[in-house]
Amino acid sequence: MAKKTPEVPSASLADIAFMLLIFFLVTTTMDVDSGLERRLPQWSEDTPDQDQEIKERNVFVVLVNRNNDLLVENEYVNVKDLRERAKEFMENPANDENLPEKEPKEIPYFGQVMVTKGVISLRNDLDTRYGTYIAVQNELVGAINDLREDLAKKQFGKSYNDLEKDKQDAIRDVYPSRISEAEPKKK
Amino acid sequence: MSKFRKSDSKELPPISTASLPDIVFMLLFFFMVSTTMREVTLNVKVHLPEATELSKLEKKSLVSYIYVGEPLPKFQKTFGIAPRIQLDDQFANVDDIQDFIIKEREARDEAERPSMITSLKVDENTKMGIVTDIKQELRKAAALHINYSSRKRTER
Repeated sequence: MAKKTPEVPSASLADIAFMLLIFFLVTTTMDVDSGLERRLPQWSEDTPDQDQEIKERNVFVVLVNRNNDLLVENEYVNVKDLRERAKEFMENPANDENLPEKEPKEIPYFGQVMVTKGVISLRNDLDTRYGTYIAVQNELVGAINDLREDLAKKQFGKSYNDLEKDKQDAIRDVYPSRISEAEPKKK
Repeated sequence: MSKFRKSDSKELPPISTASLPDIVFMLLFFFMVSTTMREVTLNVKVHLPEATELSKLEKKSLVSYIYVGEPLPKFQKTFGIAPRIQLDDQFANVDDIQDFIIKEREARDEAERPSMITSLKVDENTKMGIVTDIKQELRKAAALHINYSSRKRTER
């Protein structure tokens, strides 16, 4: 009769597994990539003929120059104040003459609502810093997000992110995100 | 009531370590599954800008990355210090972006293609000129859904 093969010692199994575990613990990165989400406009071959007569009062012009200064509606503005300005423009609470027009629209959950016709137009210089550009984009997106959040709280008593899809859509219809980026001027 | 009295031995029996490997293996498998190995080695220095209105990139498999920034010191001799584009593992030109997007698209399932996202990881000190060029190329390649990668700003 052959000798019985001795049992493989399993005492070190835990050590080996620990070593692997520590390797994966060290190398793993759990960070979720996040960022500003935007949609680019469709590419069109012909030169943009966007002069479809958007009235001056309906456009919120934001210019960023090569020194990272901000010109909003022909006045210097600090990035910090941009959000308030953009909110005021999109909301137009007092139906100001100089702020954008509104048109009535039928929206579920809200009925007849006056929806703004305002468009935010952003133009930057070729030498603008990317960090500044993102800061400006962030404020503009933030302004619209703030308005939606406020409306969600007022109408449904819940945060916008916790709402059902159709309610989010309704709020998005009330405050559409109209940020258009003009191409920088070629030198 | 002596029925319930503990048996005589005073000292505690040693804790059995037989299940230790199982527990460790369980943890190990968790980390092995959840980990994502870095797919590309960065050739450029990317210091992301800060923002507050962030949305998360959920499906990693649908994201293609474009890196822009200064080349790392070891590449500066050959490539200079002007910001460069990096696609996959190598430096690229603006003209390569369309091919890159098409290649990325080919690699995905047909059903998944509409929800593909391009993530732009751009250094905050880059000039907008190069970013604008990339955006134009992306528009030409019909990769319209983009994400400007940025860090969460801590409130002050």
